[in-house]
Amino acid sequence: MLDVIFGNPILLALAALVGMAIAFGALLGFAAVRFEVEGNPLSDQINAILPQTQCGQCGYPGCRPYAEAIADGDSINKCPPGGEDTIHALANLLDVEPEPLDAEHGVEAEPTVAYIREDECIGCTKCIQACPVDAILGAAKLMHTVIVDECTGCDLCVEPCPVDCIDMIPRKGGIQHWYWPLPDGQTRDNLIATDRSSQQAAA
Amino acid sequence: MSLMHVSSPHVHKPVSSVEQVMKQVLLATIPGVLVLTWFFGPGTLINIVFGSALALAFEAWALWLRGKDYKSPLKDHSVVVTATLLCIALPPYAPWWLIAVGIGVSVLLGKHVFGGLGYNPFNPAMVGYVVLLVSFPLQMSSWTEPRGIGEVPGIVDAFTALFAASSYDAVTAATPLDLFRQNSGMLFDDLMQANAELKGPIAGLGWDLVNLAFLAGGIWLLRQRIFTWHAPLGMLAALTVCAAFGYDEGSSSGGGSVLFHLFSGATMFGAFFIITDPVSSAVSNKGRLIFGAMVGILVYLIRVHGNYPDAVAFGVLLLNFAAPLIDQYTQPAVYGTKKAEVDE
Amino acid sequence: MRQIFDIHGGIHPPERKDMSNPGWVSDSDMPSKLVLPVTQHIGAPARPIVEVGDTVLGGQMIAEAQGPVSVPVHAPSSGTVTAIEARAVPHASGLTDTCIEISLDGKDEWVSCQGLDNWRDETKAALLERVRLAGIAGLGGAGFPTAIKLASDREMGIHTLIINGTECEPYITADDTVMQRFAQQIVEGAEILGHMVGAETVLFAVEDNKPEAVEAMRQAAEALAGAEVVTFPTKYPSGGEKQLIEILLNAQVPSGGIPADIGVLCQNPSTAIAVRDALIDGKPVTHRITTVTGMSLKNPGNRRVMLGTPIRELLDTAGFNADTADRVIHGGPMMGFAVTDLNMPVVKITNCVLAPTRSEIPPPQPQQACIRCGMCAEACPASLLPQQLYWYARAKDQDQLERHNLMDCIECGACAYVCPSHIPLVQYYRSAKGSIREATKEKVRSDNSRVRFEARQERLERELAAREAKRAARKAAAEARAQSGDDPVQAAIERAKAKKAKQEAEQ
Repeated sequence: MLDVIFGNPILLALAALVGMAIAFGALLGFAAVRFEVEGNPLSDQINAILPQTQCGQCGYPGCRPYAEAIADGDSINKCPPGGEDTIHALANLLDVEPEPLDAEHGVEAEPTVAYIREDECIGCTKCIQACPVDAILGAAKLMHTVIVDECTGCDLCVEPCPVDCIDMIPRKGGIQHWYWPLPDGQTRDNLIATDRSSQQAAA
Repeated sequence: MSLMHVSSPHVHKPVSSVEQVMKQVLLATIPGVLVLTWFFGPGTLINIVFGSALALAFEAWALWLRGKDYKSPLKDHSVVVTATLLCIALPPYAPWWLIAVGIGVSVLLGKHVFGGLGYNPFNPAMVGYVVLLVSFPLQMSSWTEPRGIGEVPGIVDAFTALFAASSYDAVTAATPLDLFRQNSGMLFDDLMQANAELKGPIAGLGWDLVNLAFLAGGIWLLRQRIFTWHAPLGMLAALTVCAAFGYDEGSSSGGGSVLFHLFSGATMFGAFFIITDPVSSAVSNKGRLIFGAMVGILVYLIRVHGNYPDAVAFGVLLLNFAAPLIDQYTQPAVYGTKKAEVDE
Repeated sequence: MRQIFDIHGGIHPPERKDMSNPGWVSDSDMPSKLVLPVTQHIGAPARPIVEVGDTVLGGQMIAEAQGPVSVPVHAPSSGTVTAIEARAVPHASGLTDTCIEISLDGKDEWVSCQGLDNWRDETKAALLERVRLAGIAGLGGAGFPTAIKLASDREMGIHTLIINGTECEPYITADDTVMQRFAQQIVEGAEILGHMVGAETVLFAVEDNKPEAVEAMRQAAEALAGAEVVTFPTKYPSGGEKQLIEILLNAQVPSGGIPADIGVLCQNPSTAIAVRDALIDGKPVTHRITTVTGMSLKNPGNRRVMLGTPIRELLDTAGFNADTADRVIHGGPMMGFAVTDLNMPVVKITNCVLAPTRSEIPPPQPQQACIRCGMCAEACPASLLPQQLYWYARAKDQDQLERHNLMDCIECGACAYVCPSHIPLVQYYRSAKGSIREATKEKVRSDNSRVRFEARQERLERELAAREAKRAARKAAAEARAQSGDDPVQAAIERAKAKKAKQEAEQ
């Protein structure tokens, strides 16, 4: 049989290709089993990147459903609390192009926490039931208060409150959180010469 | 009163700017250009002037197209350096359109397409040179006879060659590397006897002194700390070692001698002016040493076993591809990541 | 002669130290009021323990330390507390923080200070407590609580104490002056510090551009056994703690670690004097020696200043010409920050106030593109690749920044100093570090929220399941009863029927 194969160049080529396919296929199969990495399914990795405010601004009832939707192919630019940083991190993870935040779902705003004006609180527990992370301390007919360190700023407690006594106040800012911004080269003192557009130069 | 709010440091090294660096590089090319002019006539000098003017025009146009300020960036002289380096590499009596295409490709495709100064992954002058070499091989191999063998063209001839190429009657000659490449069967000593072009004091006539002049310019730049010694030394050392290994007493199929390789063609020019372009080479000193060494090896291989007489341009471009990979593996040991015990 | 070593990189900026007459110090005029921030150190803010309207005496504690990594604040002179509110504080941001404002009565009356008769008899814990209560933080400019630094409890202990009189930044001569004038007190302080940490060797490090200080320290150090004055060539930034350890001991502090990890402790000469004053004289930190310099001043020099003195008043006593200066720097020109409000006060870490004229320190030149020349890497004392850090900081690539050891950058500014393209490199690194820090904090927070959310979901599901289980149990019980014929409803109906029948029968 070998004589037949080696005699006929076409058969030889065919045999060589088939042989190589079998060999490399076996190698790949072996590698797939031997070097398999136990990793998180994709939606877990995506969920780890999302900010966990559970606010629903993306259109899904929480961060985990949105993570699963992204794993199924939904766009990554629907999360306002995550903002640009989250979009970039998701783009890196999924190897897609980052897009600007979809304005339909909200705008990137300062992180906030809820604050209950205790003078006005009537103790109805509606906000406690609404809070997705149990950040409001209180019970029926007793004072309610927000645990600041646990509040994600999701806004879900504001609507249910019948006396509208909840404010959203900024969480950051102040000397403890400040850091230098990236030089943008557009200030009077730090102008990047090559970035001055010709219109600006003419102005 | 309104006080400035800027980040530290508030002081800066005096007299340090991109313009300064570029001016010093231009100064360092002067000895080499003068020797070229002595041996081959004013062609190179006129090309440089013509090329620089064209380059400035192309750069202004590119900046205007990109919607940026097109006046102040020209002051940094970077494109003049590109033009000068390219025109030094081109044959001295090339027609104007060859130079224009070369400069255009260098400035537009070699630099601005990538984002302008500081963003080009490839050496712009070499991009232009290689495009010309591959597209116009005839014009790119039209070198003239050096002084001592033939008539050195004058200024009128230079202008004629530049603008009225069809009416210019040139006598072309082979460069030493051309002769070496085309040699088939002659022992090197015999080749030298047969061709006056190979009978310079060190290597090829005229070319060896040109290389010496560029070496001088390069050493001056080293002293001025425009760049560090790693890349040039890497290239020259690698070339020396390869040539030494490949030398077999001048047989017809061997490599040339060490001196022949070091002082021919664009070796010194490449070592001190081309591979030291900071934008397209490696970042760390170790990386630059490797970068230079590999250019040296490639230059030797292409010269001896490849299809082209000289190979600096190809070597540099190939290594420009590899520079990010070299960077990845040559990070210096950061403080605090090595010795941790107190030596008393 | 002790062998010294060299650091990688470094630069030689013009020193400009003669301008401030090192070796001479005069008292600054008494200011009209003092504004004392509650945070003049690294760590938790101090908590005010006085109220508006209270009279205070010099040396009285007006804010107490909160937690272990905190330092109290003392009133430098007698007067009345007129405000406790947010004021502009000397910080790179220019933002405000809680300050205690004291209006001085000019009498400068002090509390009675009780020092220790023999500090050698005290336990280390007792000494540390005194250091803490005296409000001592690193007076060289870092402001780290000294009591915490001295309490370091690494297994190997401390074998070498270094008194860091390097003062490598241009313009600043405060340490030089202190060493020339108060060498003996420095040595006394070093002795105490050495005793507290158990160091065998005490090194006084001085750069060779301060010959008078070297001489003064040499004479004073003869009194202390095991002490040595070491000089080395002037180079910036040799005075950085990590670089100094490399120069003197040829050892590197492990990345992410502190000098105590290799058995070394560094202290500024002024801090050593503050420790001595606290233990021997019982005096808290209320004044400091600050270099006031720059060509916009008629009388530059070193001043002994009360903490809380508004910078404006300090400059005025030095003859400040405000028209010639458009920048006032707190600290040195390499690492100091620009002061935006001259009402900001002098604090514990104010080693220098620099008011240069426009021509002395010109406005920054426009930034150009990076030409990848690598001069920054040549200058970096930490052997980093500033160029790569720049590209990755622009790209906000956190992984690559960490792989290139961004956190090991000491922000000395040598890279930006040499950059031919005038790129403000240190600002990029500070921004990247800040955003990485904030991102890490946010990650911790969001991980916590996710856990809490999932716990809540679990709780709701459990409650739902419990309710379902109860309902199912009731339903099953009802069915079981119906099956076995033992129907309590039917039995009740039958009992009622029987009772009714009985009643009818009796009628």
